[in-house]
Amino acid sequence: MVEFNVLEHELVPSHELLTPKEAEAMLKRYGITKDQLPKIRVNDPCIAALIDAGKDIKEGQIVKITRASEVAGVSVAYRLVVTA
Amino acid sequence: MIPRALGKRIMGIKFEMLSPDEVRRMSAIKVITADTYDDDGFPIEMGLMDSHMGVIEPGLRCKTCGGRVDDCPGHFGHIDLAMPVIHVGYVKDIKRLLQSTCRECGRLLMTKDQIDEAQRLRREMDELGGDTTDFDMLTKRTAKDASLKTICPYCGAEQMKITLDKPSTFRENGHKLTPKEVRERLERISGPNPKTSMVNPQEDLEIMGINPQVARPEWMVLTALPVPPVTVRPSITLESGDRSEDDLTHKLVDVLRINQRLRENRDAGAPQLIVEDLWELLQYHVTTYFDNQTSGIPPARHRSGRPLKTLVQRLKGKEGRFRSNLSGKRVNFSARTVISPDPWLSINEVGIPVEAARELTIPIRVTAANLDYVKALVKRGTEPVDEDGNYLPGVNYVIRGDGRRIKMTTKNAEATSEILEIGQIVERQLLDGDIVLFNRQPSLHRMSMMAHRVRIMRHKTFRFNLCVCPPYNADFDGDEMNLHVLQGLEAIAEGEILMLVQENILSPRFGGPVMGAIHDHVTGIFMLTYRDPKFTREQAMEIVNRLGTGIVLPKPKTIDGKEYFSGKALFSLALPDDLTISYKASICEKCDSCKKEDCKYDAWVKIEDGELLMGTMDAKGIGAFKGKILDKIARDKGTTAAREFLEVATKLSIGAIMVRGFTTSIDDEDIPLQARKDIKKMLDDAISDVEKKVRAYNEGKLDQMPGRSMEETLEVEVMKILGKARDETGKKAGEYLGIENSAVVMARSGARGSMMNLSQMAGCIGQQAVRGERLKRGYDDRTLPHFAPGDKGAAAKGFVTACYKSGLSPTEYFFHSMGGREGLVDTAVRTSRSGYMQRRLINALEDLRVMPDGTVRNTAGTIIQFKFGEDGIDPTRSIQGKAVDLDDILTDVLGEEPEPGDDDREIIGYGEQEHDTEIEPDEAIEVEEEGGGGDYEGGGSGGGEG
Repeated sequence: MVEFNVLEHELVPSHELLTPKEAEAMLKRYGITKDQLPKIRVNDPCIAALIDAGKDIKEGQIVKITRASEVAGVSVAYRLVVTA
Repeated sequence: MIPRALGKRIMGIKFEMLSPDEVRRMSAIKVITADTYDDDGFPIEMGLMDSHMGVIEPGLRCKTCGGRVDDCPGHFGHIDLAMPVIHVGYVKDIKRLLQSTCRECGRLLMTKDQIDEAQRLRREMDELGGDTTDFDMLTKRTAKDASLKTICPYCGAEQMKITLDKPSTFRENGHKLTPKEVRERLERISGPNPKTSMVNPQEDLEIMGINPQVARPEWMVLTALPVPPVTVRPSITLESGDRSEDDLTHKLVDVLRINQRLRENRDAGAPQLIVEDLWELLQYHVTTYFDNQTSGIPPARHRSGRPLKTLVQRLKGKEGRFRSNLSGKRVNFSARTVISPDPWLSINEVGIPVEAARELTIPIRVTAANLDYVKALVKRGTEPVDEDGNYLPGVNYVIRGDGRRIKMTTKNAEATSEILEIGQIVERQLLDGDIVLFNRQPSLHRMSMMAHRVRIMRHKTFRFNLCVCPPYNADFDGDEMNLHVLQGLEAIAEGEILMLVQENILSPRFGGPVMGAIHDHVTGIFMLTYRDPKFTREQAMEIVNRLGTGIVLPKPKTIDGKEYFSGKALFSLALPDDLTISYKASICEKCDSCKKEDCKYDAWVKIEDGELLMGTMDAKGIGAFKGKILDKIARDKGTTAAREFLEVATKLSIGAIMVRGFTTSIDDEDIPLQARKDIKKMLDDAISDVEKKVRAYNEGKLDQMPGRSMEETLEVEVMKILGKARDETGKKAGEYLGIENSAVVMARSGARGSMMNLSQMAGCIGQQAVRGERLKRGYDDRTLPHFAPGDKGAAAKGFVTACYKSGLSPTEYFFHSMGGREGLVDTAVRTSRSGYMQRRLINALEDLRVMPDGTVRNTAGTIIQFKFGEDGIDPTRSIQGKAVDLDDILTDVLGEEPEPGDDDREIIGYGEQEHDTEIEPDEAIEVEEEGGGGDYEGGGSGGGEG
């Protein structure tokens, strides 16, 4: 098995970690608390890839997922990192 | 007014197990005798209908709470079982517990380390917020680990194999364990340890997924049985005066009788064998009392042979408490009757029979402003008519301030109207213009339930405009529909604004119109506009006359001294003044390059400023699901304009079809003798081609196709030849079926049927198939005994050379039925499967909603989608699912037409099936698929709505 970075695969949307500031701004924009976000597990391959890339990701942080959308061109979603 | 519910929230639901103590504590009476009523009809003390458990007859009082029938909710009683019995609902858990604990000391069969590990896993899962299924899996895993031990790690006792003999007998190495023994063992888990004379640790139970505070394992073996209140199992008094008991009561009688006999026999010291038999019988009765469909035992039956409906049966399935009573409610103010068409009604209207209108009411509150009006209304009584005997609304009930309902009669009408006061509520009968909801099952999309305006009419059916058939998927072969009268002002306003038929012309399903012309409306509009026919003044008046007054006829043209009216000009009456659109009509021949304005088939539709300049109106213009003009009007000019257009266009269409006359019959498929001969020749050639291929195959000379076996190659080649032959015969037959032919008019305009249907009637039916392959099953190596074994020719494998008109030979008929059967099975399977899928989807999505900020959230406020549909576009307002129609905007701005889009997605028309419009890929196996075909749908099943 050749190891490769899942985030580089064309079918995997881009994942980026939000800074605490960005995260707060986002939560404020939607008027929600963290628990109302969709979740993603820390052991998700994409999060693992981010960690491999040197990011320090812990439970409670938020990732921004930008994917190509058939109807909207680009669509943005946010997910809260939770433990496995 | 009923006070609104208090603002309380359910934070959680906790399930616990009933202990025998609890059963006795909550019991109002101990039931000891199986009798119900005495000779005078009063409940027997300590019997199954004892008044301590509530009352069902009016007049009697409950002996526990003193309440009467309506006040007393009923109270539980209990039966003390002479011997313990196993609760069927817990057999799986009992088995697990027995297998994973020591038979002697009762400890969990795990070493200290294993226990620590299991506890650690459990804690971890708890912290990470695992749900019940996660815990269930973990519990099962631990239980399995424990049950593999053969020697108890604590007392060293050898463990034996516990098996479950369904439904409720446990065996240890083949020896039966009585429920009593089972119970003793269960008590030992986390109970006193006989070997150490200490109490076993509670943690053992926790590891096995049981909270010892609320559920002790020994409670899974019953020693006391709760008896539900009589209100839960009321007896019915028949007209003959006989009492008929509820199924639950019957079952409890059985339990009590056997319980009594068991106790007597045991106390009298009867032989062990007899006691055991009775014990087993008691187990049977208690088991069936819980679940009468337990596998492995015969269901308990009523004297008539009907299986009893016991506890589980009351709850489970479609007719159970949950789906039938809690998820589904029955309503008042509703009506149901047969439907029939009425082209004179607006699409927003529904015709309601007088008889129904008299029963259906709308509550109106009496105010200072309407006092006089309401008084007059009440005074009329219940069945008022005007001087011509026409319906007038009356009043059925007056609800006084104290909530009492006064039923109106002819006698008290006058008096009641006098004492009418402000604040009272009057239930008025339906009136023309009221808003009601109209519905046809199955309610598959939101257009299955729309708001209509009432029109009270003679005769006993509900009537509506034919353009509304497609969204309801209704026809008039006996269909019935439901009607609900809205009761509140908010409901009426909402219904009118959101649910009115005209507001639903555009469908969120595909961003196009779901309503529109069908069948003869399409034929009629085609005949009105195709190649611009000429109509005399009389005919023109005939066509226009149903539009009502205020119609200005277009300017007549004069040719050879005679004046005539152009059909296209007449049609233009329906168009809004500033409408501009052009598109290809249904009759378009799909030439390689479109000549547009110079189309020789009159298929290029061009409308400028509300004037049909060229082209033919057909399904593509105003038809349901396809109507481009209807779509554009609804989008650009609003729903009212769309409704008006549809109504005017269909009326014109009916006028046109009635002026010209239209009929079709079997001789529309007549073709000349020569054509028949040509077709026969083509088929013969094809068949001999097939034979050549078969011969080549037999001799092994066939060129094998890459990736296919020899057989497959042959099949593909044969299918290709026969498919081509079928198409050619169709084409040949088509040459003789011109546009003057009624059947062709219907097919080409998109009113009904397809050219494929016609070519099957006039040319050749073609290859029959099951699972996409030529027919092959039946006898050894052949389909029917009429053929030689191994015959791979066309006729032997289901190629039907006949046409429907000439009739099929017996073998062909049989093959055709085989193909047809597959279609029927497919539809049956499809409907049940898609129904279940839809149910699950609905349950999953029912409480999601789009918030003002565009996010989709559930009731907890959790975000499901950050933008509705990722683009935030309302599919109803989308153009065939796309957010923007650039072509349309360009035409608007630049004032010129863009190139006709070749990627227009065709939407399946009304009554058509997916495969009718499917474009078959070149190499594909072409077979006829009858399916549950539109033509036969519901044909004979009058009264059927499904």
